[in-house]
Amino acid sequence: MNFFKELTRGIIKENPIFVIVLGMCPTLAVTTSVENALGMGLAATFVLICSNIMISLIKDVTPASIRIPVYIVVIAAFVSIVDMMMAAYLPALHKSLGLFIPLIAVNCIILGRAEAYASKNNVVMSIADAIGMGLGFTLSLSVVASIREIIGAGTWLNMRVTPASYDPMLIAILAPGAFITLGFLMAIMSMIKEKK
Amino acid sequence: MGYLGEIFVMAMTAIFIQNFVLSRFLGLCPYLGVSKKLDSALGMGLAVIFVMTLASAFTFLMNRYLLMPYNMEYLQTIAFILIIAALVQFVEMVVQKNAPALYNALGVYLPLITTNCAVLGVAILNTSLFRSDGVTPYTFLDSTLNGFFSGVGFTVVLLAMAGIRMRLEKSELPKSMRGMPIALILAGIMALAFYGFVGFKI
Repeated sequence: MNFFKELTRGIIKENPIFVIVLGMCPTLAVTTSVENALGMGLAATFVLICSNIMISLIKDVTPASIRIPVYIVVIAAFVSIVDMMMAAYLPALHKSLGLFIPLIAVNCIILGRAEAYASKNNVVMSIADAIGMGLGFTLSLSVVASIREIIGAGTWLNMRVTPASYDPMLIAILAPGAFITLGFLMAIMSMIKEKK
Repeated sequence: MGYLGEIFVMAMTAIFIQNFVLSRFLGLCPYLGVSKKLDSALGMGLAVIFVMTLASAFTFLMNRYLLMPYNMEYLQTIAFILIIAALVQFVEMVVQKNAPALYNALGVYLPLITTNCAVLGVAILNTSLFRSDGVTPYTFLDSTLNGFFSGVGFTVVLLAMAGIRMRLEKSELPKSMRGMPIALILAGIMALAFYGFVGFKI
């Protein structure tokens, strides 16, 4: 049952965005639409799973003093793979995520999990941890993106969900809307925590 | 427009119109994490300017003279990260040995910069930017200056944020708003103010 405990931990209790507050840049930048958020979340999850497996496999042969550069190279290699695969098979998504695909390599969530979890645990547990954290990241991105897309464009996953009389507030999908949406979401989260 | 005009456009774009933090969403972790006190914000800002300028210069040379001649642009991410990590380590050692006073001021911020996405961001952006005529790709000097001005843009908003947050400490906020939520909403209002620059044509 331990496996499932590790799996679900990242989704709620240690949610990377709302609880640990890591990986802010992609959270704010790519949540203009649910489609982008899902693309980013799944790309990061893939990198996270691969790098966790790799790092957990080489943890015994990595000298402690150079472990961070080693992790960074492993992560950057998988990011390059994702970058090229996306450019080949999903060119539209690749274009709208743009700069933020190579920047997955410096996303603190991935290096953070490598250092805090994969370098100390076996492969199976590391996979569970990566899937949990990745799903937590993807879910949080989708929540932020859903709010922004519905308010700012009146659509959800490119389908119209608001009545025709609703005039979309463009500000929600522009830069300021990203900060304000996430700010209020975090305030709500801490309000819920206080009540408990 | 002479080269000075070109530099002016670049500076205005990097600092106000396309501010790294508020409109490109890069370098948010230090922006939200190190903006609680004015002096630590200043230290972080100076360290970022320093590393971004150097990183822009070195990654440009790497890209133009090593990756491009051999058609290895797909290795950009790995190569740039390695350069930045090595550079930060090197700068840290040099500063520690030759300028202890500077090291005391910047020392703790330097290691954090390796994973600051603004540094990798400016390095990757530089490879795809053009001068205002839209044809000439950035030269070595252009890239280095762009790195410098982007760092200045980061520092300007970091200092503004730190100033506001220090005053905010004394105000009475609802409990659930304290800390990160109000910082994010503040950043949103600042981004709104900076959004006013977007329409500008120089």
